[in-house]
Amino acid sequence: MATIWVFVEESNSAPSPLGLELLTKARTLGDVTAIYLGAGSDEAFAALGDHGAANVLHADPGSRLPSAPIAFALAERAGADSPDLILFGQAYSDRDIAGRLSARLGLGVLSNASDVRLTDDGVETDHEILGGVQVATASMTARPSIVLVRPKSFTAEPSGGAAPSVTSLELADTGPSEASITDSHAEEREGPQLGEAAVIVSGGRGLGSAEAYEMIEKVAKPLRAATGATRAIVDAGWVPYSKQVGQTGKTVKPDVYIACGISGAMQHLVGMKDSGTIIAINKDPDAPIFSVADLGIVGDVHKVLPQLIEALQNR
Amino acid sequence: MKVVVCVKQIPDPATPYTLEEGTNWLVRPSEQVLDDTDRYGVEMGLQLAQANEGTVTLVSMGPTGNAQGIRQALAMGADKAVIIEDEGLRGSDALTTARVLAKAIAKEGFDLVIAGTESTDGYSGVVPQMVAELLDAPALTFATSVEANGSDITIHRQTADGYDVVAAQMPAVVTVTAGVVEPRYPTFKGIMDAKKKPVDKVSTTDLGVEMSITQTVVSVTDAPERASGRKIEDEGQAFQEIISLLEERKVI
Repeated sequence: MATIWVFVEESNSAPSPLGLELLTKARTLGDVTAIYLGAGSDEAFAALGDHGAANVLHADPGSRLPSAPIAFALAERAGADSPDLILFGQAYSDRDIAGRLSARLGLGVLSNASDVRLTDDGVETDHEILGGVQVATASMTARPSIVLVRPKSFTAEPSGGAAPSVTSLELADTGPSEASITDSHAEEREGPQLGEAAVIVSGGRGLGSAEAYEMIEKVAKPLRAATGATRAIVDAGWVPYSKQVGQTGKTVKPDVYIACGISGAMQHLVGMKDSGTIIAINKDPDAPIFSVADLGIVGDVHKVLPQLIEALQNR
Repeated sequence: MKVVVCVKQIPDPATPYTLEEGTNWLVRPSEQVLDDTDRYGVEMGLQLAQANEGTVTLVSMGPTGNAQGIRQALAMGADKAVIIEDEGLRGSDALTTARVLAKAIAKEGFDLVIAGTESTDGYSGVVPQMVAELLDAPALTFATSVEANGSDITIHRQTADGYDVVAAQMPAVVTVTAGVVEPRYPTFKGIMDAKKKPVDKVSTTDLGVEMSITQTVVSVTDAPERASGRKIEDEGQAFQEIISLLEERKVI
């Protein structure tokens, strides 16, 4: 049996949804050890077991920035336990730890994978490229292989597994690579969140101005939808980064996605094209967004959205 | 303070990307542009260098082409550029890229290395962290603000829930998100000056990097296509089509 390590970060006192997705995949590949980053609790460890982790290596770096201490500890541990595969998500801490670990072990990584298979001497991974129009299959020779998987590539499902055996991961001094977290701020979060909402209404450059984003919120409200945005308008400072959908933002799979004034750059498509139903409104009839839309409306968002808002409010 | 900014020339994202027959490598025309996300790193570097009597050196790996992307960053105000160009680097992976960049950066000397969080053409998103490890430096990542004085650095690090304040001692590696600062536009004088600024070209042999690429693209296939939908022209009533579809999907 292959040995698979899965990095799982704590989120709201429980394993992150992304971590549970990875565990669900990992248990089909071999014996699973979860590398759990967070305060930890019996409930959290039980959830890891219930998704296929037989063992847990628990790391709680406290106020230390986790990347270096955990990468150092995993590099040392990898020598002793010789895992075949180490799975990470394509997420902040995951990227920090995976990158450091890879350089420390002198072994490559494959990023942005949508699927992963073990081979005799490494792994084979699938990657959606060119905005998801094509799938590239890559192969890497490395033991352990380090792979970062995009969120929502797998569906988290409980395995009914027993409580895992939990060991503490000793974190050593990292010398000049050390950094510390001196304070934490949580953003005010209002209304449905991108990761959970059944409906998402998103806006792009076609809105024309930051003020016009209000229309997106007005469409979203009666639909109890989360609001999203393209990288272009996040970079322009119209809305915060937490709303960004796409390659460098969140990957979403709602039942319905309404794209308003979004042309459909590769960067955006890859984050939303697997939504159940896609509705797009854009002035340019040749906009790439129409290639993934179930209902495409060639029109001006400044005309269509006010009508839509009124119709929704009158119901 | 010695600031090194990692920058990348990429095929213009406004043009369709194509893959090379056989290797499946991205086709890179000689006219590449500065990755837009790098403008934030360059601006950050210029501001920190100005505040701390420093210099800004650009380090870039990849085919130089006509170097217009590099000139763009020099025109913003960077002092010089080092480009690592080598036929053997074609198809290189993230770790090889990091090894090359780290060697070049170490050779230049640095107090601070600034990079974007990921490139717009490759997106591996792990190269700066690898560079930090290879340079024995902390990686302060996903910065939405940066303060550095030559001995200490503090950033706001984007998190899923908000941000953390992260502090470390320099030398350090930092990755910046778009919006960390407002990038300046090159002035006419900047553009003229850029033509005279030094651009050093070095090879992997010059740097003493051993190549060991362990990954390859074995195939590229078309993704399953979505069943194509309906496209209609709005003549004042299209919103009703949306309402109908939302009703059909039981959203309303």
